[in-house]
Amino acid sequence: MAGTGKAHLRDEGDTIMRVEDLVVEFPVGRNAKVHAVSGISIDLAQGETLGLVGESGCGKSTTAKAMIQLPPPTAGTVKFNGTDLTKLSGEALRQTRTDLQIIFQDPISSLNPRRKVGEVVAEPLNVWGPHDEAEQIAKVDAMLEAVGIDPAVARPKHAHEFSGGQCQRISIARALVLEPQVIICDEPVSALDVSVQAQILNLLEDLKAKYELTLVFIAHDLAVVKNISDRVAVMYLGKMCEVSEANDLYERPAHPYTRLLVDSSPQPDPFVEIDDMTEVNSELPSPITPPSGCRFRTRCDLATELCERVEPQMRKVADDHYVACHFPLLPVIEEAPFAEADGATDRSSDS
Amino acid sequence: MPGIRNFTLVIRGERRERDPSMTATSSAIGGRLNRDSDDLLVVEDLKTHFEVPAGMVKAVDGVSFSLGRGRTLGVVGESGSGKTVLSRTLMNLNLGSNVHSSGSAIFEGRQLVGVKPKQLRDLWGLDIAMVFQDPMTSLNPVVKVGRQVTEHIRKHLGVSKAEARETAIQLLRSVRIPEAESRFEAYPHELSGGMRQRVSIAIALACGPKLLLADEPTTALDVTVQHQILNLLAQQRRERNMAMVLVTHDLGVVAGRTDEIAVMYAGRIVEKASTKVLFSDVRHPYTEALLRSIPKTSNRNHTRLAAIAGRPPDLINPPSGCKFSPRCPYAQPKCFEEEPPEVNAFEDHLFSCHYPVGTEENKAAWDRNLAAGRPETVAVATGSVSEVDIRAKGEEILADLTTSEGAD
Repeated sequence: MAGTGKAHLRDEGDTIMRVEDLVVEFPVGRNAKVHAVSGISIDLAQGETLGLVGESGCGKSTTAKAMIQLPPPTAGTVKFNGTDLTKLSGEALRQTRTDLQIIFQDPISSLNPRRKVGEVVAEPLNVWGPHDEAEQIAKVDAMLEAVGIDPAVARPKHAHEFSGGQCQRISIARALVLEPQVIICDEPVSALDVSVQAQILNLLEDLKAKYELTLVFIAHDLAVVKNISDRVAVMYLGKMCEVSEANDLYERPAHPYTRLLVDSSPQPDPFVEIDDMTEVNSELPSPITPPSGCRFRTRCDLATELCERVEPQMRKVADDHYVACHFPLLPVIEEAPFAEADGATDRSSDS
Repeated sequence: MPGIRNFTLVIRGERRERDPSMTATSSAIGGRLNRDSDDLLVVEDLKTHFEVPAGMVKAVDGVSFSLGRGRTLGVVGESGSGKTVLSRTLMNLNLGSNVHSSGSAIFEGRQLVGVKPKQLRDLWGLDIAMVFQDPMTSLNPVVKVGRQVTEHIRKHLGVSKAEARETAIQLLRSVRIPEAESRFEAYPHELSGGMRQRVSIAIALACGPKLLLADEPTTALDVTVQHQILNLLAQQRRERNMAMVLVTHDLGVVAGRTDEIAVMYAGRIVEKASTKVLFSDVRHPYTEALLRSIPKTSNRNHTRLAAIAGRPPDLINPPSGCKFSPRCPYAQPKCFEEEPPEVNAFEDHLFSCHYPVGTEENKAAWDRNLAAGRPETVAVATGSVSEVDIRAKGEEILADLTTSEGAD
């Protein structure tokens, strides 16, 4: 196993959601499993935006979806406002889900093409009420207005009559209409042009402030994640590498993998020299038979025999900056507690 | 420039001897070529229109540029700006009776536009090659990658099967595919996305082309893989002194990797300059807006992004005057009516704008628009764009502008 530990978790009282030892596995063929997520712990404070980054296949979407039990994780707990969602089933889970909404990557395919935009946005209200038509229309209009869509024009139209950016706004309106507490944004801007991407990012920031939302924001673009996030978690092959306050993570990456990501990220600045001769190993090992010890070791320059044998634990390198690496790029200021049982260190809320 | 062509494979020389047709055609076209012998590709007033039931989609609407040997041109723009259609037009890949291409694109003396694809077959792969965005769809899923690489080595260079295999394995190694021999026998689905893109690069490089058209070659890939593929393209380009057109929507991708950048909007090049000049001395408001709207890792988190109001224009009925005017924070009545001419500011810095960024006129235009509460300007100033405001205010202000114009 690589990159476990809970040193980065904050005091339970400060958080709205707390995920511990999350494991998600999918069976493939005979006796084989994809280890999509292998023992991840993360928490969410009220009103913060948590960014999840990593290459495709690192389990970031799976983690976020497991938080809202889509599907329920193989093992681990997801506590939301003190209730363990993994223990809930049927009606109780259904009730809780109104507080947890999701926005998907492809804005056009996530809207039903046969239904009018008004109906799409009103659908959650048909399930949860109010059922009165006038009240519904008022709510739908307010939401469409909030996301910057003209309700009178949009309500009778179908999704295909809108551009990608507008469809994403409509998806956001649909997610907001039940007034959730947490919204999972699964690559909401990846399919959009830069100009529209900026509009949607600004809109999410505005809505977050207006409706006091807590966001989990998934993206593979590091600059996008930094822009919107308060705290960023870097994932690699189903494990957590580094969790930190957003600015510190990019200024001083402590995990070799984070540094690789930051260095690879293209800079819109022609005066930054690009070293195009260094070889980067970009091949991801199979998640069916992940490497022993630290999962990143097969691509890491610093890897030793220790990394092969022992899985690194989360250790503190700065205030609200934790890394799971045997040879972090920043000095460790607090060793990981040995007892797995109460691994959480007390942390006051982040900046 | 002697010696450019003897870079890679030995086979290259053989091909030259076997192919006298090239020189023949060059002289046939005669007159127009080689005004500047350094230019590998000269594109003039290139247009590609698509006829659809609703009208004529002017996807590429008068593009001119030239590209020197071994130079790299980045073509940047939003979706729908015509950048992909431009590269496909140069390859003559827009087929169908509804496609109308005009203008000229001269590659080493040969006209690429308005000729039958058959006439260009000897150029494809050999002198001009293309890398597409999605390696899964550009590779044939039922043919082993080895054969896909050898296919045009054998066709163009007429070598034996064994020789071709040898060359192909060498190529796969040169694009850093580990275990090239065993991968030679693999099908595309057995490779990861990055590997597949490397295979398509190997295919494109197989005959040592003089011009590589790379259409969003890294858009579908992760940052680490993207970095690697771009490095690979840069290395290969240097080794082979190959010219490259890098089409992308990502200014970060072109920033460190191109000599020049052309910014496209609504089928036209609105600004073109050497990369460093473009980034440090932006003149066109659209380029400025693009640069401002990208999040940068060097900024603090929660930095407000300057969004571009509105949407890319309708290419069937494009706005009159400057096509960017409805979204431009500096737009003045003149911009809505009169199309700005192309200005050559300094050496090879071209742009088309009535109120270029960085001038007094531009500042005055901004102040006027801000005072008038023009939504695009307010949107840039505050960073928030609501389509409700744009729709309501936009029309109202447009009406205002035109009436005040009439009163003048």
